[in-house]
Amino acid sequence: MVKTWVKRLYMAFIFLLLYLPIIVLVVLSFNKSKARVTWSGFTFQWYANLFDNSRITDAFTTTLTLAFGSALAATIIGVVGAIGISAMKKRNYSIMLGATNIPMLNAEIVTALSLTLLFIRFIKLGITTVFIGHVTFGVPYVILNVLPRLRTLNKNAYEAALDLGATPLYAFFKVCWPELMPGIMSGFLMAATMSMDDFVITYFTRGPGINTISTMVYSEVKRGIQPEMYALSTLLFLLILVLLLLFNFLSGRKNSMEV
Amino acid sequence: MKHKLLIVSVLSGSLFLLGGCGYNKNNSLVVFNYGDYLDPSIIDSFEKETGIKILYEEYQSPEEMYMKYKADIVDYDVICSSDYILEKLRTEDELLPINFDNIPNAANVDEHLWEFSKTFDPENKYTIPHYWGTLGILYNTRLVDEKVDSWDILFNSKYSGQIIMENSVRDSFVPALKMLGYSINTDNTDELDEAEKILIEQRPMVQAYLLDSARDEMIAENAAIALVYSGEAPYATEYNDDLAYVVPKEGSNVWVDSWAVTKDCKNTENAEKFLNYLLRVDISKISFEYNHYGTPNKKLAEILPAKYTEDPALFPPSDVLDNCEIFRSLDRGTQDYYSKLWKEIKLD
Amino acid sequence: MNSPKKTWFAFPYILWIIGFTLIPLGLVLYYAFTGADGGFTLANVLAITEPVHLKSLWTSLKMAFLTTLICFILAYPLGLVLCSLNLKKSNFIIFLFILPMWMNFLLRTMAWQLILSTNGVLNTLLGFLHLPKVHIIYTFQAVLIGMVYDFLPFMILPIYNSLSSIGDDVVEAGKDLGAGYFTILRKIIFPLSLPGVISGITMVFVPSMTSFVISNILGGSNTLLIGNIIEQEFTYNFNWNLGSGLSFVLLVFTLISMGLMSVFDKSEGGTNKW
Repeated sequence: MVKTWVKRLYMAFIFLLLYLPIIVLVVLSFNKSKARVTWSGFTFQWYANLFDNSRITDAFTTTLTLAFGSALAATIIGVVGAIGISAMKKRNYSIMLGATNIPMLNAEIVTALSLTLLFIRFIKLGITTVFIGHVTFGVPYVILNVLPRLRTLNKNAYEAALDLGATPLYAFFKVCWPELMPGIMSGFLMAATMSMDDFVITYFTRGPGINTISTMVYSEVKRGIQPEMYALSTLLFLLILVLLLLFNFLSGRKNSMEV
Repeated sequence: MKHKLLIVSVLSGSLFLLGGCGYNKNNSLVVFNYGDYLDPSIIDSFEKETGIKILYEEYQSPEEMYMKYKADIVDYDVICSSDYILEKLRTEDELLPINFDNIPNAANVDEHLWEFSKTFDPENKYTIPHYWGTLGILYNTRLVDEKVDSWDILFNSKYSGQIIMENSVRDSFVPALKMLGYSINTDNTDELDEAEKILIEQRPMVQAYLLDSARDEMIAENAAIALVYSGEAPYATEYNDDLAYVVPKEGSNVWVDSWAVTKDCKNTENAEKFLNYLLRVDISKISFEYNHYGTPNKKLAEILPAKYTEDPALFPPSDVLDNCEIFRSLDRGTQDYYSKLWKEIKLD
Repeated sequence: MNSPKKTWFAFPYILWIIGFTLIPLGLVLYYAFTGADGGFTLANVLAITEPVHLKSLWTSLKMAFLTTLICFILAYPLGLVLCSLNLKKSNFIIFLFILPMWMNFLLRTMAWQLILSTNGVLNTLLGFLHLPKVHIIYTFQAVLIGMVYDFLPFMILPIYNSLSSIGDDVVEAGKDLGAGYFTILRKIIFPLSLPGVISGITMVFVPSMTSFVISNILGGSNTLLIGNIIEQEFTYNFNWNLGSGLSFVLLVFTLISMGLMSVFDKSEGGTNKW
């Protein structure tokens, strides 16, 4: 058997690997020098400047709006679609599942180019085209999260509700919805996360004046990134870490109470 | 059934909303420029002063700009790009002549830049210079022993692994073509093949083919010699005193990145306001201080401190300039030939 | 509940797939098989046989294979460690492994540029330890490190999921029958965790074969993957037909690797979690 300290050491090694770049970025957010390659003293300046930098705040707003807007649309299309798919016969069911997998397995650059080829025939690029792109790669996450839950759904409860005089819509929201909720939520969150981190699709389908954090970083990588960007990502990272700790603390308490 | 209708209407509603917050054609201007080529504060102050909303988009290379423009993906109003691409767009009738009556500040542009511009815009009707400069060598005086005045330093095996080249087809061919004594605008495939041979030999010595980040690598002394545009030099030397810039004696490329109004432009009045604004002395000054590329504004040059006006990287002496050529646009065949050679070099 | 009427609910989604997945892919095929003059041609697809393109395809496959292999080698022991430590807060630990993904991936990749560069973090550390400098930045290895870093969580998650769902009783039974640790690992744990391994491989292999961003940032144009070539043909050379032709080849390769995966998956009788 492997010794426990070896295990812990190994875990620490992977942690270091994963967090090393994060540490570098956090350090850079306090670097006085604008040139990323030289350290010239400690400063809070970039944090102070952050909210005055309209380019960054705009990109940040676009990123968030896009992420939650597209995830919402993807969830609506995905949940309704999943309900339809779950009622299908085996052959159609597998066809639909295959089609759903296309945007997930296809190379991002091919998806991006194919959408661009479509868009240029019909509309000018703008926020709408980016939105469509994000919904397109978001829907599969919703479907794949919701379908398994639909399959295990207790159909008798739903029919019992109908027998007791509930309208189908009422029965759906009262009986099925609570069971589907975790799947819907994780689908929504995955779609939003993917949208937030997406670069390739946005890069190819965006119109003028539209920047997400990703496209902005990409255009700046070649020339030096605005230090405010490091500050923003450090803040975001801390925010998520705190949320996570809080969530963990709360759910930990809940668990111990249940026990 | 009701359910479905609801969803369809929500969907179309959200799409409509998103489409709606696009842009108001009447009082906006779609500007397409090189990455990091205009101080963002200039855009803000212009919007504030005129009430015209600027939709600003950046690109990495002129070829990318050309593709996006020609593919008609977006209606760009005003573009800033390299001389040879603008020449191409002009000959393809993609540009609108500028009404200089509405751009009084055009008088601020130095005469010799109008002369340069005639190479790609013979009547000075379509373009207005934004930045200009040369292509040359940025080197570290501590790490390089030899006197640097020739392109051959880029091919010196002594500095193997410490050389950075431009990740841009035509710029990378300049040193090789000039060393061979050919024009940088050659369309002779034999001459290009010869240049390719030199570049393939150089390939193992090159640390990387980069765009503007070359200067950061030079500042950090991650490399000793780099092929860069003159505008990188003042920034680089500001952070590292040991760096120096030189235009080799064999001659090089002089470039004029200029503004032009496209034929897609719906509101030329706004476009002209914008171009006029950029040439105001105070705005040109902000522009210059933003990234220290050579300014075309002679009124600004008069008031700049001597450390800039005497810097040969920013204001090259005329004997250097006489030795330099402006890029001309190439025909499709030569262009494809270039990209084939470029792929061969990089994949060797 | 299973009324045929309900299948109509899938209608908006079917329209969406047709409109924004199938038709766009159809357009890629259309461009791939037409020349600049609009006539039918195989030239764009056959262009893959040109030495430069073959070379870049080979580099991409090599990159994808090595990335997947290294990710697996790193992730599998980690999964075992996480499961065996019987941590009370294992969910939380898992979260900590995905947390870095919430920092923008381009920024994280760029950070590696600073770590690996000639006078970067790594070499400074080596200098302190009086070790010779290493030259990694702008090489194949640099891109490989970036890829492993970016895709590692996609390997960790499914592997951990399938490992943690293996019941202790199965392992105990093996022990009772006198099997040693490595025998149990080989004969019991590994086969049972295979579905997770396969989804991990699927999630890492394709993106690392097709990415062009990481090689752009860390490769210094020294490592041209097939994704870089396609991007270049598309944006810089304005040759959409050739770009589409190469995309088509990439599509075929993606399908082949997916097909191989699912055959392998089925033959082992596993179920795909993702």
